[in-house]
Amino acid sequence: MSKFEALAGNEAVATAMRQINPDVVAAYPITPQTSTVQTFANYVADGLVDTEFVTVESEHSAMSACVGASAAGARVMTATSANGLALMWEIVYIAASTRCPIVMGLVNRALSGPINIHCDHSDVMGMRDSGWIILFSENGQEAYDNLIQAVRIAEHPDVLLPVAVCQDGFITSHGMERVEIYEDADVRAFVGEYRPQWSLLDLEHPKTYGPLDFYDYYYEHKRQQVEAMQHAHRVIQEVAEAFNRTFDRDYGLFEPYRLEDAEVAVVVANSTAGTAKVVVDRLREEGLKVGLLKPRVFRPFPAEELAEALAHLKAVAVMDRSISFGAMGNAGPLFLELAAALALRGVRMPMADYVYGLGGRDILPREIESVYRDMLRVAETGQVERMVTYLSVR
Amino acid sequence: MAELKGWRDIPIGGMILEAGNATEYPTGTWRAFRPVFGEAECIHCFQCWLFCPDSSILVDPENEKMVGFDLEHCKGCGICASVCPVNAKVIKKADEELAQDDPRLCIRMVEEGKFQE
Ligand code: SF4
Ligand code: SF4
Repeated sequence: MSKFEALAGNEAVATAMRQINPDVVAAYPITPQTSTVQTFANYVADGLVDTEFVTVESEHSAMSACVGASAAGARVMTATSANGLALMWEIVYIAASTRCPIVMGLVNRALSGPINIHCDHSDVMGMRDSGWIILFSENGQEAYDNLIQAVRIAEHPDVLLPVAVCQDGFITSHGMERVEIYEDADVRAFVGEYRPQWSLLDLEHPKTYGPLDFYDYYYEHKRQQVEAMQHAHRVIQEVAEAFNRTFDRDYGLFEPYRLEDAEVAVVVANSTAGTAKVVVDRLREEGLKVGLLKPRVFRPFPAEELAEALAHLKAVAVMDRSISFGAMGNAGPLFLELAAALALRGVRMPMADYVYGLGGRDILPREIESVYRDMLRVAETGQVERMVTYLSVR
Repeated sequence: MAELKGWRDIPIGGMILEAGNATEYPTGTWRAFRPVFGEAECIHCFQCWLFCPDSSILVDPENEKMVGFDLEHCKGCGICASVCPVNAKVIKKADEELAQDDPRLCIRMVEEGKFQE
């Protein structure tokens, strides 16, 4: 029997880590991730897990230890945020290209500077080309559920790529919520035992990880990573189906909310999607045909399915919690990629981007409502007045 | 040069699944200078064999002789020529500037392009 607990998002993730019982965890404290690993360290100290917990002197070392342990054949996890992720940078790419199925709890926080410890998505957007699979979570429950699924996605023999499971710093990482925690045995059965195909500790079959790779083969290894990402698209859905069956959930590539008969929609990830649902319900009471699409899988980007799900709309707004400086219109990365996805599939409709919430700036229901009202106007006129709006900036 | 494989036919992530297969990598293609052996000068001290980073000095163990170079793997780094004690003596004695292909040298480094047998 599962049970409901009052948990902060980070505690929910730490609970999933306890249930998964990874072989190795290497991490360094950084706000707002810290309480994930701190809680998990208690589990280690209390003997509730068999994990080798590696305390390191930096995030660069944390990710390096993760890669080493993964190459040795271990099931490996870590957690970080913002500048911690930035310090991991070099090894973030190496983890993906060395095909280490590491799972990371990524608590989204603004990258410095100026120094800021609060939520936005500038950290994860920086890793979007690194070769990691990236999942978004609206709340603690989704962070917990995504982390459990991430293990199976990462370790699938057709994938073997690291997975980052995002949630919003402080907003959900420290916000206490009602989280359904499944039986330990059920979670363990779901993730199964990790049987690595290759292991450095397999002394009978000595092998080399991470050798020099020049112009004669480097390109081929990049092509293999593309293949793994293509497989991940399928595997993520298969794992979601199995998860939904086992734990009675409804995960997919994204969550449509009152989207089917909507004329106008907002696309927004992580915790703000929760606020946006309240706005959708309110506007629906007024008889306005509005809906929401909440991306769950950002890498690999499900372009085709997104285009299909949005094709019937008269206008769509994307809300981006980061800026791609110097990119077209200085827009946000989610908008740019979605706009390209729709355009290349011949789905033409007025689109606008709303950057919001940088550095933890609050995003209020009335601001989201203003986005919907803008888009309802756009749907009528067919004209976008401003491609990119920096919502509630002074 | 061995036939290059496609992405479907190689282990993922640059992994090398076989131990001790570095000999299959023909590092000789990197060479800009080629070591040329002056057998008559050689005192068979094996300094070159000891220092060669690519195990490219060929020896006849039965007769304890240095016999030449494995040019499939020799990268032309010139370490053998610089550690060779015969070369060292010649260089010390030479008051005129030493030509690269001075016949008194036991191992001469000849530009690969200019090499003619
Ligand atoms: S040139 Fe360098 S690689 Fe070639 S035989 Fe001499 S020491 Fe070895
Ligand atoms: S170091 Fe010079 S003298 Fe000694 S074995 Fe090699 S070539 Fe001959």
